[in-house]
Order: sequence, then C-alpha cells, then structure tokens
Amino acid sequence: MRPTTADAVEDAVATAAAHGRTLEVRAGGSKVGLGNPIQAHDVLDLSALSGIVDYDPAELVLTARAATPMSEIDAALRARGQHLAFEPPDYRRLLGGGGAPTLGGVLASNLSGPRRIAAGAARDHFLGLHAVSGRGQVFKSGGRVVKNVTGYDLSKLLAGSFGTLAVLTEVTVKVMPAPEDCCTVLVLGLSAESAVELLCAMTALPLDITGLAHLPNGLAARSGVRLVAGAECPITALRLEGIAVSVGARLLRLREAIVERGARHDDTAILGPEDTEMLWGEIRDGLLLPPGVVWKVSVPPAEGARVAAAIAARQHCDVLYDWAGGLLWVALHGQSASPDSVRGVLARSGGHATLVRAPMSERERCPAFQPLSGPLRALSQRVKHAFDPVGVLNPGRMVS
Amino acid sequence: MLMPVPDAGVIARREELAAALRAVVPTVLSDEDSRRPYETDGLTAYRQMPLLVALPETTAQVAAALKICGAFGAKVVPRGAGTSLSGGALPLGDGVLLGLAKFNRILDIDFANRCVVAQPGVANLSITKAVESRGFYYAPDPSSQVVCSIGGNVAENAGGVHCLKYGMTTNNVLGVEAVLMSGEVVRLGGKHLDAGDYDLLGVLTGSEGLLAVVTEVTVRILRKPETARALLIGFAAVEAAGECVARIIAAGIIPAGMELMDRPAIHAAEAFTHAGYPLDAAAILIVELDGPAVEAEELSRRAADIARAVGATSVRASANDAERVKFWAGRKAAFPAVGRISPDYYCMDGTIPRRKLPEVLAHIATLSQHYGLGVANVFHAGDGNLHPLILYDANKAGELERAEAFGADILKQCVAVGGVLTGEHGVGVEKRDLMGEMFDQADLDQQQMLKCAFDPAGALNPGKVFPTLHRCAELGRVHVHGGEARFPDVPRL
Repeated sequence: MRPTTADAVEDAVATAAAHGRTLEVRAGGSKVGLGNPIQAHDVLDLSALSGIVDYDPAELVLTARAATPMSEIDAALRARGQHLAFEPPDYRRLLGGGGAPTLGGVLASNLSGPRRIAAGAARDHFLGLHAVSGRGQVFKSGGRVVKNVTGYDLSKLLAGSFGTLAVLTEVTVKVMPAPEDCCTVLVLGLSAESAVELLCAMTALPLDITGLAHLPNGLAARSGVRLVAGAECPITALRLEGIAVSVGARLLRLREAIVERGARHDDTAILGPEDTEMLWGEIRDGLLLPPGVVWKVSVPPAEGARVAAAIAARQHCDVLYDWAGGLLWVALHGQSASPDSVRGVLARSGGHATLVRAPMSERERCPAFQPLSGPLRALSQRVKHAFDPVGVLNPGRMVS
Repeated sequence: MLMPVPDAGVIARREELAAALRAVVPTVLSDEDSRRPYETDGLTAYRQMPLLVALPETTAQVAAALKICGAFGAKVVPRGAGTSLSGGALPLGDGVLLGLAKFNRILDIDFANRCVVAQPGVANLSITKAVESRGFYYAPDPSSQVVCSIGGNVAENAGGVHCLKYGMTTNNVLGVEAVLMSGEVVRLGGKHLDAGDYDLLGVLTGSEGLLAVVTEVTVRILRKPETARALLIGFAAVEAAGECVARIIAAGIIPAGMELMDRPAIHAAEAFTHAGYPLDAAAILIVELDGPAVEAEELSRRAADIARAVGATSVRASANDAERVKFWAGRKAAFPAVGRISPDYYCMDGTIPRRKLPEVLAHIATLSQHYGLGVANVFHAGDGNLHPLILYDANKAGELERAEAFGADILKQCVAVGGVLTGEHGVGVEKRDLMGEMFDQADLDQQQMLKCAFDPAGALNPGKVFPTLHRCAELGRVHVHGGEARFPDVPRL
C-alpha cells in the first residue's frame, strides 16, 4: 500500500482495522531495525507523502509531509542558514539498513544528537501534526506557530511512539538559526570518572557548551579525525558554537577552566570547524562503536560513570559517553548475557535502557524499550488503546 | 458560561463526603467563609463556590482523597496558587477543590545533575531563589512567578518572556510524580533525559489538570547567562516594528526576550513606571540579548543596526544592568499600568504567525471601534504571542459581555490567520467554547479519548478545555464517515 494523500492513509488504516489486518508503518525504512521486530500483515508505505509544504525562515517554522527525506529538509534549511537544533542523527550505518531517513521517522522515534543537552530533544521542536489514528480517523494537533498550549500536546506523545499510536502524515517543526562558527576542546587521557566530573563541572560555567562527550581509548581510535584517532588515549570533547567572536572568547575561558581543574595545557587540544563537524557527526550517528550489540542508556549525568562501571562489571563492553554523562552508548563484546546486565544496574540511578542494535535472535527475546510495570504499564496500554484500539499499527514494536 | 450540570446526589451527600475526606486529609474546609477565597482564580470574572476544599499534605493523602471522591462520584478540581488566567482552577458546585498549597517544600537541589525536585505548591521564583547563589536559575518566568506554583506551571505549560530562547515549562520539566483519579501513583521521567516508552510526561504537561494531579516536579536548572543587554527601540509605525522583529530573527539572532508594545500600552506603562519610553512612538520594541559579554554586545550591535535599517525613530542600548531593568520595568508593569487607566481589563493570549501582526493589529483596532471598548496591545513578539488588554468597566451594564465578545473575535482572527487560541494561558473555561474554531470534532474526540485513558469517569476538572463532554463509552464507538459507519457488518472489538 502506497497512499499518496492523508485521506488515502485514512482509508488504508480504516480498511485494515475493519478487516482485522495489521500494518507496518514505514516512511524511508532506515530505522526498521530499531525497536522490537514487527510481524504485520501489510506494509503501509508512506514514501509518497513527501515534500515541504511551508517554510518561512523568519517564523522559525517548517511544515512538511511526513515522509520528506531529511536530506531535502537539511538542504532547504541550510540554504537559509537554519537547522534543526536537536541535531537529528542518521542511524543508517549503525543499524546497517538502507533507505532514507525522513522527518516523520526522526520525530516518531524522538531521536536527538549531542546538542540535545543544550537545545532539547526532537519532541521539544515538534510543534504540530496531522495524523491518522489506528481507528482510521484523520486528526490534527498543535499548530504552526512556536508557542501554543491549545489542547493536549499530542506532538509530545507521538514523538517516540514509533508509529504505534497514529500514522503521521504532515508535521510542523521549530527551526533555529545554525551557528556561524564552532570548535571543540579536547582533553586527553582522562579516566571516565574524571571525564564525567569535568563535563558536569563545565556545564556549571556560563559558556553555553553544546556538546559534552567522552570516548574511551578504543573508540577514539576509530574516529576519522586524525588528532582524535592518533592520540592513543581516552578523549574528552567539549563543543562550542555560535557567532565567531563569542566562540573565540569562550574557547579561551573553557581551556583555562579545564587547566584550572588540573589538566596540563599540553593535554588539551583544539579542533576547528571541519574536524568538529566530523567528530560530533560520528558521535551523533554511533559511528565510533565497534560491531556487535549496542544499548543506549539514559541516566542522570553525574551517575554516568558509575552506571557504566556497573554494567562493565557484569559484561565486557566499551562505553561512549554523551550528554555530559547522561547518555551511555554501551557496545557489548559478544551477546548480551541478559537484558539485566544493562537494565539491572539502573534501579538505583533511575533512567532507562534501549536496545539499539542486536541480532534478530536477541531482539526477539529482549524487549527493545525499558519494560514498564504496575499502574504505569496499564496506563500506557490504555493510551495505546485510545489511539489504536484494535492494534492495527506496528504491532509489537513498542510493547512486547 | 455553561458548566456541567451539578450532581444533586453528590451535593446532598456533602457532609458525608466531608467526613470521609477528613478521615484521610488533615484540612477539609466546608464552612462558607473558609471556602470563599477559593471561589475564583486569576480570571476573576468567573466565580463559583466549591462544594468542599481539601488541602492534602502528602501524596498518600492525595491518593486517598481522589479514591474517596471517585467512590462518591464527586468531581475534583486541582488548584496550585490559583493564578490561572483562563479559569483552569474555577471550582465546581458539586466538586471538591483539591488545593496543593501545602506541598510547599523543595525536596532536592542537585547541582551535579542540574535539577531541582520540588513539591507542586512551591512558587516558580522560589526555585530560582534556591539555586541562584550558585549562579543557576529556573528559566520559565511567567509574570506571576512570585506566587504561581510549579505544579500549576506544569498543568498549564506556563511560558514567560524568555520562552523563545529557553522554552516553555514542557521544555524544562524532567519528571513528575502524579496521582491518577483511581488513586494510583505514577512516576514519569526523573533526573535523566527523555522517555523510555510513551512520553506521558509530555502530554501531562499542559493538560490543565484534566489528566492527573501532580504531586512532585523535577525541573532542570540552567546556568544564569553572564550578561544581558537590552535595546529600547521606538517606531513611527507598528509595521516597522514587526519588520524589525522578522529581520532580527532572519539574521540568525534569537533574543532572550523581544517584546512589542503599542501606543496605548506605552502611555499607560510610562505614566505608571517612568521607564523612559518614547511617548511619540507608535510602537516600541524591547530586545534583550544575553550570553557571554562579547556575544551580548555583538548581537545587540547587530540588532540595533537592523532597527535603524528599518527606520526606527529611536534606538537606546542599556549601558548597565540598572538601565536594562528600567527598560523592562514598564513592560513588566504593563498589566497593572493598564489596570490604572481602566476599571477592569481582559487579557487575551492568542499566537499568530508574526508576519500577520500588522493585519491582526488593524483588525483589533476595527473591533475596538465596533465594540466601543479601548484596547492596549503587548506582544511577545519573538514567538508571536499577542496579549491584547481589552479595557472595560464591569459596573457598566453589558460591558463585560462586550469585552468577552471582543476577545472571542480577536482569537477567531488569530486562528483565521494561521495562529492558535492560546500561547501560554491555557484554554480553561475561558476559551473552551472557541475550541471548535481550531479543531474539528475528530481532533477533539481524539483528545478526549486520551482523557479517558487517564480518567475514564471524567471526574478530574470537567468543564474545562472541551466544549462538549462525551462519556468514554460513546467515544469508543468507531467513527462515522459521511453519515455511515464504515463496514457496518464487521464486528468491533
């Protein structure tokens, strides 16, 4: 099924619902490997719902049909000096899939990059939508302006719902000016614990740092940035962005602050704009991770190193730290011993773990999303029912 | 304003309900004098005495109280500080007003994770006060921030003058503990980022007290910007001010705040605060740039150049923080200043695409003549959020009704030009009956089905947000398309 209009999507879903058939909702297909595997009768191919509907840079708003490729969105924004501030990642190489990432797909999976810690997540930039519920009913929510509290904020709910509640047909996002200039300060040779401490301390300075990551030795070596790959030691990276005069001034102060905390000046280095773009792209898209099972773990930032150590104590792994320690990319050596080897350590810190990449056998036995329990689980099931009562859309993708 | 028909059965059992609540909640107010302060919120045109007022102090008490109300079939209206401008906390005659004011403690200040855990009755500004010694602050700053509660902020998704750069409440809340009408307690989010499953926190924020009662809030705190500089710019025409705003943003500058005032607002504010506003201007803009000193300075220079290029009649840059505060003094006092020139005023809250500003202001001027009521306009220009203040006298027969009709016409125009009914004040009772201007029945049905997932009996804050109430069972029916149910022969689950 390849509907070309929202009304045709409505028909397709209503027909499926009426005949007890299930649909796998797909736009570009680049994130098919994300979430739990789906067993559906038919594929609802949204790729024909493509194209920018409205874009006025001065309003900071862009409206596009849901399956508009990110390449098209990026090109339109770049031409006007703007971007999506949440830094949408491209997981094609990480997941080993083809297809083209789409704006709807990025929003439906609420994927954000390193700048999430400073600029918010995909969901924070998702202003409005047109969609078709699992009932086969067209509905809309939100608006085409940046500030709006009219009615429930269904954009937030549909962001990260992986097409299990409704099929997005048209979306409106907030866009922002792209930074004029950027650079990265590297600190060489820190342990993960010291690195997370440093990163958290630097966020307490008025320096507007927009990327705070730590790469252990083995992962830094995989970078295409010569200075990073050749350092032969762990690398801690802090990114500054903005107007040139401000980036320059903050760079001096950041380096000073790092040296004041005990780093030798020789153990710091600076990356210019090109290397900065490459390194943070690698971090954003998971390109530094070795082959094998990958988990993404969201924890309170200051707990990052402790949680990573607890996971490593149960199972050999490499851990890349983003979001100042709040996001752990855990690359396991070998199969997961059990989901508990990752999720089991979160009881004390809080947070959640998502299985991002694993062989099909493992994806079939291990829930991709953090399992819920008690009243919250029941509430989430009622929310699913409110949108998709007979379970037409992406069966099993989120709830196993 | 038509509210849900009071349930005579519940009213008849008032004493019984009070006794049951007193068994689990330390403070239950039932006599008329002590209930009186709760009869209205920030939208004082509407008043209704609640059946009872319950003031719980713990999550367990909230859960127990909600269960009791559920068992009695009594409605519940949650209330924070009662500053809603849309009647979100307007009581119901057959409902229990659940006041969260006693939840007034900050539970955890966590600088390492840059967050604060607070009880819902804590005032917005108290969070900043608790962390400012270390250079941090809580960003959303509604004008009522001295008194408005963080729980109420979550319910209304409160904004403020700095939201364009720093976001609304929803962009600054990390987690909540909330109690469902069933008495079940759920925790959503925490000190970490993003949801591991459905983002129920995102949809609970801004749900106007219709989905759950928030009993704890975790917010992120930000490092205070090092410098802030303000520009005070005068224009001979509102169009030029609008053009200036568009060009500043098109130039890649996101000011921390960008406020527009029209001539009546300028004059009212200047008479009240002597902020030094140019009285000959048709409009003024206050543009605040913040960040590291070099950045604020450079951006304020660029913004000033843009202002001159579009024909500003005056451009003043704050030389120091005292002057910056003075520039803001008039804007921040705009509402009370207008209160001095008119016995009453009615504050509207639509958002429009900014390019439509001249058109909408011209329409408001026409409406002002039509209704014979004055209007002063203040405008969060950066994000297109318009606050027309309609001047009226409630003691003159018919003026309140005319002011309401005037306001409704403004909001309809906001929607007609591609905007929305409310940017930050909420729908509440005030804009409830205008929801059909923006949403069709299918949109509203889907929202109400979500409500059913949280509160199947529809007991939590009914009469707000939705113009018509449906029973959840009715909504569950498969929709009718073109007058006919689709596939009528197919069995439904």
